[in-house]
Amino acid sequence: MYSLGDIVRLLLYLVGLIGFGAFNAAYLSLLERKQSAWMQLRRGPTEVGPWGLIQPVADGLKLLSKQILLPRDVNVPLFLLAPIMVVVPAIVSLVTIPFSETLVAHRYNLGLLMIFSFGAINIFALLIAGWASANKYASIGAVRVVAQNIAYEVPMLLVVIALVMVTSSFDLVEIVKQQGGGCWHWNLLKLGANPMMPASFLIFFICMLAETNRAPFDMVEAESELIAGAFTEYSGMGFGLFFIAEYVNILIGCSLATILFLGGWDCPFGLFPGPHWFLIKMYALCFTVVWVRWSFPRTQFYGLLNLSWKILIPLALVNLLLTAVMLKLVP
Amino acid sequence: MSTDAQAIHHESFIVNLGPQHPATHGVLRIKLTMDGEYILDAEPIIGYGHRMHEKMGENRAYAKFLPNTGRMDYVAALFNGHGYVCAVERLAGLTVPERAEYIRVITCELNRVASHLLWLGAFLVDLGGFTPLLYCFDDREKILDLLESVTGARLTFCYFRFGGVCNDIDDTFVNGTRDFVKLLRSRMPLYHDFVSTNIIFRKRCEGIGLLSADTCRRYGATGPVLRGSGVAYDVRKQEPYSIYPKLDFKIPVYPECDCMARYRVRVDEIVESLRIIEQALDQLPAGPVMAPKVPKILKPAKGDCYFNVESARGSFGIRIVSDGSENAYRLKLRSPCFSNMSLFQEASRGMLLADALALLGSLDLVIPDMDR
Amino acid sequence: MPDNDWKTRLVACAARDAAQQPLVTETPHATKGSVLEVTVPAADVVAAARILDNAVFLIEAVTGVDWLAEQQMELVYDFVQMQTGERVTLRARVPREKPELPTISAVYPGANWHERETHDFFGIVFSGHPNLTPLLLPEDARFHPLRKDFAP
Repeated sequence: MYSLGDIVRLLLYLVGLIGFGAFNAAYLSLLERKQSAWMQLRRGPTEVGPWGLIQPVADGLKLLSKQILLPRDVNVPLFLLAPIMVVVPAIVSLVTIPFSETLVAHRYNLGLLMIFSFGAINIFALLIAGWASANKYASIGAVRVVAQNIAYEVPMLLVVIALVMVTSSFDLVEIVKQQGGGCWHWNLLKLGANPMMPASFLIFFICMLAETNRAPFDMVEAESELIAGAFTEYSGMGFGLFFIAEYVNILIGCSLATILFLGGWDCPFGLFPGPHWFLIKMYALCFTVVWVRWSFPRTQFYGLLNLSWKILIPLALVNLLLTAVMLKLVP
Repeated sequence: MSTDAQAIHHESFIVNLGPQHPATHGVLRIKLTMDGEYILDAEPIIGYGHRMHEKMGENRAYAKFLPNTGRMDYVAALFNGHGYVCAVERLAGLTVPERAEYIRVITCELNRVASHLLWLGAFLVDLGGFTPLLYCFDDREKILDLLESVTGARLTFCYFRFGGVCNDIDDTFVNGTRDFVKLLRSRMPLYHDFVSTNIIFRKRCEGIGLLSADTCRRYGATGPVLRGSGVAYDVRKQEPYSIYPKLDFKIPVYPECDCMARYRVRVDEIVESLRIIEQALDQLPAGPVMAPKVPKILKPAKGDCYFNVESARGSFGIRIVSDGSENAYRLKLRSPCFSNMSLFQEASRGMLLADALALLGSLDLVIPDMDR
Repeated sequence: MPDNDWKTRLVACAARDAAQQPLVTETPHATKGSVLEVTVPAADVVAAARILDNAVFLIEAVTGVDWLAEQQMELVYDFVQMQTGERVTLRARVPREKPELPTISAVYPGANWHERETHDFFGIVFSGHPNLTPLLLPEDARFHPLRKDFAP
């Protein structure tokens, strides 16, 4: 049973995590704008605050002050429910993310499973958003998101299952602890357990891009085909919540990649481990996500599905099999 | 919701792509009948930007129509002006000083490079890659600066006159152009690395949007679209005009018929245009830039003539019928985009939406040119 | 196989003048822009288009000219041979009070839009055209602005 102290601690963490999520969503969007500007010979936001640092606040205020338009044919309850449904699981998933051994809101021995189950709600939210919008572009976007996320959840879970077989734990803190003591202990380089570990990290990263609907897999939005896909009819904070959820999902995806493969809060050379290392690794991955987005055009839809069903899933299955064989052979 | 069982059974639906849509680059509307993401029928509905330039040409003096030419294909506006002045000169029997011909070719080819660069950026945006657009704009901006220094305009040029051009070019322009040619040449490998070798770009272009040479011919598609289908048809070679016979340049042709072939044709054309500009600058003769004694009000003799130039988008033609008065009796503008677009309905049938938009982008449409 | 004999076929197809001579002129490219001008009877444009189609000509444009004084409408079809660059102009005249002639869009599908445009501007009716609705003009347009007696 939980004591009062536990509950207060959890609530404080929850407030902190909402703040953390919101702050990151805001400043990841600024990072995205600044980084894309930097890649594109531009300067990005410069007007609001020094180097445009207050820009996200201005964006947020603008979104908050805009009217939430309800087009005539939308299914109002579902239309309003969808943005909430997309942002709540994203925030809740942060609860089990360990920033360090002690800095974790709720250590849960099935933490990994919990994040995936909450992540799956995302699909329903986008499907509801697309369907409730009563817009053809939104419907196409919604149909795409289901096909895409199901296709990419399979290889992602296969990779994670192989990893869990190695670590024999769903507990994120435990998984990180096993990787402690320098980068040669990280799962990424645990070639003794499975020589395909770097490949499985790559599969995980690609699937993470696809699951968060980021370019080059941004089929849901696909602005040059579907205008804004499932979000076409949303305005103001309705759209803002999808926006926040997208960045929080990137945050969770990068955190998971850090925890599962890059040793979490562990220092690469075995000195001074701590949450700062976790944040450095996570933001480096976030940076890569943005980098990929502004370097590649969008894939075709069938190219996207082919990549998953014909390349990633077979690879992940081989990876799984190899892990099982290695576990039997190498005690 | 419709309860019509028949309608539910078919499961096809109509999407109006445009008139306001990110992929149409202007007010073009395409009525799509779709089955899921497959296009059953795509009917372009055009004319939103129609201004009846042909009627304007009929009720004003020849010289007063000159500014209109820059407002049809505003991305490659000099070609329209070139076609128009050449047609009137042909009809009125005017000769143009050699220096003026060189200047016309230099500025036109600069305009072609600018147009192709803009296309490259916009095409990549259609495919969902935003970054190359700004690199293209950066280079295109330098061309516009050069053209501005001599024509006074950045987009809707009105630079050519009957019997020459209105401004002579100076050393600043010549040197600036030479520098730009060197610069863009050094940038081409960057575009190549960034775009041509990009795996997603290639997957989205190779084998997508096939247009056979016969389809192009029956629909009258010209320019890079036709050359991307393996036909070496270029007005500059087939019906040489101006000083093109004196210049050494190749016509890039790719037989693959897909979006990638059209992309390669345009990129190669940028390189060829740079060669043309360099040669023309080397050969640039001294002399006047306007023919002497061009009458203020032209009254060409009765008759008609047709003149074609190779615009950035294909063969731009002008037919002028003169009745001997100071206004044209009939002025027909043959826009390349109009013909290129007309094949979309047939070519896009059965394609996926995203691929059809790649095809649409590869046609390089300028809507006001199509609507005139 | 491209038809190399298109010139003689086209001459055979041409309209005759009062002296029964075919209305065909070889025109200098340098001053006219085309190498051959052929006037055909309005009913024979499809046959002429078919000859050019067999000779691998590309359709360049279809347009009209309103000859108010002669009470006639002239149709001008421009074709170009893709390999040689030879440009052929087909002309046909129809009476102004009943401007009607067959469509060539079955031979050249690209003529579809050109004919719709010509119908918009001149009110010339292309019989057999699959969809002769306004293309560039508004869909409810009932006027033909390039007619010389058009008053807005």
